[in-house]
Amino acid sequence: MATVSLESLKKSYGKTEVIHGVDIDIEDGEFIVIVGPSGCGKSTLLRMVAGLEGVSEGEIRINGQRVNEKEPMDRDIAMVFQNYALYPHMSVSQNMAYGLKIAGTPKLEIEERVGEAARLLQLEPYLKRRPRELSGGQRQRVAMGRAIVRRPSVFLFDEPLSNLDAKLRVQMRLEIKKLQRDLGVTALYVTHDQVEAMTLADRMIVMNDGVADQIGAPLEVYANPQTEFVAGFIGSPPTNFIESGVAGKSPGTKVGIRPEHVAIVPTGQGNTTGRVIYAEPLGAETLVHLTLGDGQLVTVRQDGSVEIPSEGQEVGLSWSEQDEMRFDTDGRRL
Amino acid sequence: MEKRVTFKGIWLPLLLVLPQLLITAVFFFYPAGQAVWQSLFIPDPFGLSMQWVGLGNFEYLLSDKYYRASFQTTAVFSILVTVVSMGVALYLAVLADRLIKGSGTYRTLLIWPYAVAPAVAGVLWLFMFNTRVGVVAWYLGVLGYDWNHVLNEGEAMGLVVVASSWGRISYNFLFFLAGLQAIPKSVIEAAAIDGARFWMRFRTIVFPLLSPTTFFLLVVNIVYAFFETFGVIHTITSGGPQQATTILVYKVFADGFVGQDLGSSAAQSVILLLIVSVLTVVQFKFVERRVHY
Repeated sequence: MATVSLESLKKSYGKTEVIHGVDIDIEDGEFIVIVGPSGCGKSTLLRMVAGLEGVSEGEIRINGQRVNEKEPMDRDIAMVFQNYALYPHMSVSQNMAYGLKIAGTPKLEIEERVGEAARLLQLEPYLKRRPRELSGGQRQRVAMGRAIVRRPSVFLFDEPLSNLDAKLRVQMRLEIKKLQRDLGVTALYVTHDQVEAMTLADRMIVMNDGVADQIGAPLEVYANPQTEFVAGFIGSPPTNFIESGVAGKSPGTKVGIRPEHVAIVPTGQGNTTGRVIYAEPLGAETLVHLTLGDGQLVTVRQDGSVEIPSEGQEVGLSWSEQDEMRFDTDGRRL
Repeated sequence: MEKRVTFKGIWLPLLLVLPQLLITAVFFFYPAGQAVWQSLFIPDPFGLSMQWVGLGNFEYLLSDKYYRASFQTTAVFSILVTVVSMGVALYLAVLADRLIKGSGTYRTLLIWPYAVAPAVAGVLWLFMFNTRVGVVAWYLGVLGYDWNHVLNEGEAMGLVVVASSWGRISYNFLFFLAGLQAIPKSVIEAAAIDGARFWMRFRTIVFPLLSPTTFFLLVVNIVYAFFETFGVIHTITSGGPQQATTILVYKVFADGFVGQDLGSSAAQSVILLLIVSVLTVVQFKFVERRVHY
């Protein structure tokens, strides 16, 4: 198993710098999720660790050893691709055995390891099939199987679940987490889905435009976002941002407040007032969307049992001071 | 649900395909029928009368050692042309696929030779290798090699193979490049992570995934070598020396138009017709249900 360190890692294409220096020390067996919107450089970062993209500046160390110049095959990693990247002309067992065969593993051991992975991933009935004869979820498992039979020190996942339907995604998410725990292997996982990030990660890296805005445990990031971007990106529905003047403070900064921390109170009470646009009753909870005096949209998440205000109604909005997150004009946390 | 136009009557559709039918009938069925008909006769040297011989022309042909030698020549020639043109094309396509800068220029330049007609290509190569004025032949002479494809059968075969393959490389290159670019990049990357180095990846991943393209090109190139290389052979060797480069198609011409043995020539055409039919069936059978992954 292994530790991974990234040290002021930068990537440029020509003159355009796309990753502006990422630092992180990943401990042995840790599950790190890199999360961010599309185009933020998260996949590029992962591909640099894999050795599929060159490093422009900085250093990658796996188990303390610099691997910048090493070929992907010499880094002791395995990767699961978004489109699975299975070898279409090989059966499931050949797909899983390919890496071992190249490494010159004895035939008996290959069989044993493939069998073990197939058992673990419930792929035994499909070993003779070709990838095109499998469903999306099964292909996903084969891709995982191919990664685990080689017993690498580091697992890399590049949005492995984004081609699956919602139900399967939840199921596979749990399986990936369980597998990683059982194998005790270090994992780097790229996704744009914050739910995946929250549920899988020991620590997450929130990327924004080539910068790691925040690195931390999911709940810590959620409770204590360091930038306006992180506050807006992590959490659904997203954090409300209210001009501090409207929120009853000295103007010029922004107040971030999560939907679940805002309560609807009678007009005239609370920190500010808003007009209800529409409400989305989801059963257990209700999302109420409102506009403030300056046109800013605000979402309130309230319990499903609480009375739903009617559309167009003027109401007060209240929250407690300790739930407020203040951001300066650059989006930095104050 | 199929989305296509359907006609109610029979006359309008018939009218619409009539031009194509006419062309096929006049330029294909009629000459083919003529060839079959003539293969059953021996005409006199002036073409004034014909004598019925039944399958006599065929019997004679199949026992003719020159005709059988021509079969062998054709086999050697088409295998060489196919292997050389596909091999070189694949090599160039693999290189072009790895290129990032200037791949457009490279591709365009490689496609040009395809536009050169076979006869012209033949003349170009003949100029280079002409025993008296050819540049390459002269340099070979300087190096101490006495090039003479007019006398040396192997050299003659080599020259027509190279000249026939040259233009063909472009065509094959295009297909191979398209085939290579259709292979998902992530599959190659996965193989690289799995520990396969370039040659290993090529052998175990790229080449198998390229096999539909390869098979298609194999058939197309064999057909080309069989039937479309007449111009090259005619301009470079005229089938010589000693029939060393007389492939079946060239022999049809040589026996019929030069040797004035129209009956035998017609019989040879019929045999070629059968060969091309078989190749076409093979091509359709396999290319139609190409291996889809």
